[in-house]
Amino acid sequence: MKKTICLYFQVHQPDRLRQYRFFDICRDSHYYDDFANRTILKRVAQTCYLPANRLLSELIRKHEGAFRVAFSISGSVLEQFERYAPEVIDSFRELADTGCVEFLCETYYHSLASLVSGKEFKAQVIKHRDTIEEYFGVVPAAFRNTELIYSDDIGSMVYDLGFRTVLTEGAKHVLGWKSPDFVYNNPRHKDQKLLLRNFSLSDDIAFRFSDNSWKEWPVTAEKFTGWLHGSGENDEVVNLFMDYETFGEHQKPATGIFDFLAYLPEAVLSDGGFEFLTPSQATAKHDSVGDLEVAHTVSWADEERDVSAWLGNELQNEAFSKLYALEDKIADIKNESILSDFGKLQESDHFYYMCTKFFSDGAVHKYFNPYDTPYEAFINYMNVLSDFIVRVNDAAAMAENDAAPTKTRRHGRR
Amino acid sequence: MFGWEFPPHIAGGLGTACYGMTKGLAENGVEVLFVMPSAYGDEDQSSVKIINASDVSCNVAIEDIDEFFEKVKFLRIGSNMVPYLSPEEFEETVEEEKERQKKEFRIQFGSKYRFSGKYGKNLMEEVARYAAVGAEVAMENDFDVIHAHDWLTYLAGVAAKNVSGKPLVIHVHATEFDRSGENINTEVYRIEKAGMEAADRVITVSDLTRNIVINKYGINPGKVVTVHNAVDFEGRGEVDMPRSVKEKVVTFLGRITFQKGPEYFIEAAALVLKKCDNVRFVMAGSGDMFNRCVRHVAKLGIADRFHFTGFLRGADVYKMFALSDVYVMPSVSEPFGISPLEAMKTNVPAIISKQSGVAEVLKYAIKVDFWDINAMADAIYALVNYPAISAMAARCGKDEVNALKWTAAAARIKKVYEEVIEND
Repeated sequence: MKKTICLYFQVHQPDRLRQYRFFDICRDSHYYDDFANRTILKRVAQTCYLPANRLLSELIRKHEGAFRVAFSISGSVLEQFERYAPEVIDSFRELADTGCVEFLCETYYHSLASLVSGKEFKAQVIKHRDTIEEYFGVVPAAFRNTELIYSDDIGSMVYDLGFRTVLTEGAKHVLGWKSPDFVYNNPRHKDQKLLLRNFSLSDDIAFRFSDNSWKEWPVTAEKFTGWLHGSGENDEVVNLFMDYETFGEHQKPATGIFDFLAYLPEAVLSDGGFEFLTPSQATAKHDSVGDLEVAHTVSWADEERDVSAWLGNELQNEAFSKLYALEDKIADIKNESILSDFGKLQESDHFYYMCTKFFSDGAVHKYFNPYDTPYEAFINYMNVLSDFIVRVNDAAAMAENDAAPTKTRRHGRR
Repeated sequence: MFGWEFPPHIAGGLGTACYGMTKGLAENGVEVLFVMPSAYGDEDQSSVKIINASDVSCNVAIEDIDEFFEKVKFLRIGSNMVPYLSPEEFEETVEEEKERQKKEFRIQFGSKYRFSGKYGKNLMEEVARYAAVGAEVAMENDFDVIHAHDWLTYLAGVAAKNVSGKPLVIHVHATEFDRSGENINTEVYRIEKAGMEAADRVITVSDLTRNIVINKYGINPGKVVTVHNAVDFEGRGEVDMPRSVKEKVVTFLGRITFQKGPEYFIEAAALVLKKCDNVRFVMAGSGDMFNRCVRHVAKLGIADRFHFTGFLRGADVYKMFALSDVYVMPSVSEPFGISPLEAMKTNVPAIISKQSGVAEVLKYAIKVDFWDINAMADAIYALVNYPAISAMAARCGKDEVNALKWTAAAARIKKVYEEVIEND
């Protein structure tokens, strides 16, 4: 049997907050740094999304269906594409039309809702599923949570929503001696299959590709194909999951990353021992080799592969709990702009900026962080959140007032 | 008069105090020659004549440079603190630096030294050079009394006294104990002590500071007098800042350092927030305890009601006062403390710690011990929730502050001058 290679790329950009000072609270409820968001999105569209989509489209045509990939595109970035670079959406649609691209489902706002609220989490998953269907004409069947955050509980929540394929991290502390290169299943649901990221091979591309102090540098498509062999003779599936921005943005074109991508399908397919499948095809083809219990939440971030990058210190916990304390109130209000801001404030990136784990994974954190210190990130976020809380409370009070006359009338009748 | 800074280019409160004082002295008929290390030329010279130390060439003949350095030996070491050196390497570095300074000093002799007038890493060297300028200025000018402000200028004052024989008044705005707590810089302490000992009179800005001067520096109480600072609001327009948040705003504004007591403010805020939700707290400023305070607030779970602004500049400071309903200064040790006066001037009632000099002159500010977070919380709660007391504190507080005039303070300083001239 041919070994399956499963490629999935994450596409996401956060709604970065503007500098929001105490003086702005209750004065100005526009929270976002539109200039930075537009500039970054337009830049990444030029350096990554458009050229990479063009290349993938060519490769799919060239290999006549033998080359397949999957994307997960967050709702946040889709909204930004709509505003600042609609041509990127067209180019994804073009990829969708090839039939060789699967679109995955995630939380609409790339949020951490799965860790705190089943209700909010499910609402965002459904919102994302509907949005993807609307844009690309297919209902996503496989699920990947923000940053591949996963546990048995999260698996169960998306099982209820109909997802039978879930992507997560092949974390060592979960796998132990087991290999990530097989299909496993959630112990609670035999028919919910798990695809585990091979972090070593994925990071060879995503992080180490341009590291010329690395002894394997430079990585060619042929060399990498050799490594795919080496992962174990009976292995069934190698999952290469990474940020799409790896191509052209994190790894600049000068590193040769596009050439690598251009030759990879050919090198892999000409070997004869491999095939490319999308996540749903991979789980359809391969049976589960057994239960994989994940009692404690895992993710693909940092050395710890847990959620401590977002909820690892008191700053993050405080911001997070104050935000989700609003959930019930917001559900009662049903105000579009409040719902939208609530979603955007949930983006995991805001909490990532408050991370104080600077020593082990500092390089990665710094790259993604618009703030000088986690303290600044926290203060700015809390100022925004304070204004938002006032808006929520005002709207809730108004909703109550609207409801009040009915009550009085009823009393009157009595 | 020897100062270190003068408006508009100021880093601390010393320049502002000097400005108000010299204006007050002029009104009392005292003529002031104000010497500062680095003048910019745009200082207001209507009441003083400013001498820029950087323009003074030193002709003081010091025959033996080694002897001079022996005298000011303790000045140099502090500026050379370098971590991770073995004792041998350190010795070498110190020797090299000594040689460099000797060489430069020779070159500088008979010429001018460009002072930065800042509080940089070669501060000690600037202080020593400023002393040399002090002697030079004293020889070239005609005057009756020497007045030196804070330790940076004490040596200049002493040098001026030595060459002129005129009486010296040392003005203590802050001591090393106020800046560093118990872990004082002993070199600074030695300069302060030497200055105070050489002085004919020591003026302190509060009785609190007077006690420190007497108890910690061993100065004869007979020659230490308190002259409380005043405050000059001239030229400050009204700030138009419409209110934004519905809740009352309680503000801390100052450096976020141990001496200012920021953590007591946070603890008191948490107590108040347990009882009422019509209030927000703001901590404005920066400092070495900033990050720790942010974590503290997050840990207490009050970050949606407790805001940080970072360091505020110019108009933002007045905006902040204009938005405030209560001002709190919980300083652990504050020789005087001008900021509550600023708040009260803007109709904001103030809560101040008993450990501040300004507490000695204010009747209509609520005074609490800095460590007594319950009393602080009580006071905040009262000013936020009982309009009667906050209205009275605002009204009477403003009158009280308006009465603190530099003209009156300067008259007392003039009296000190007259005494030392008489005794001379």
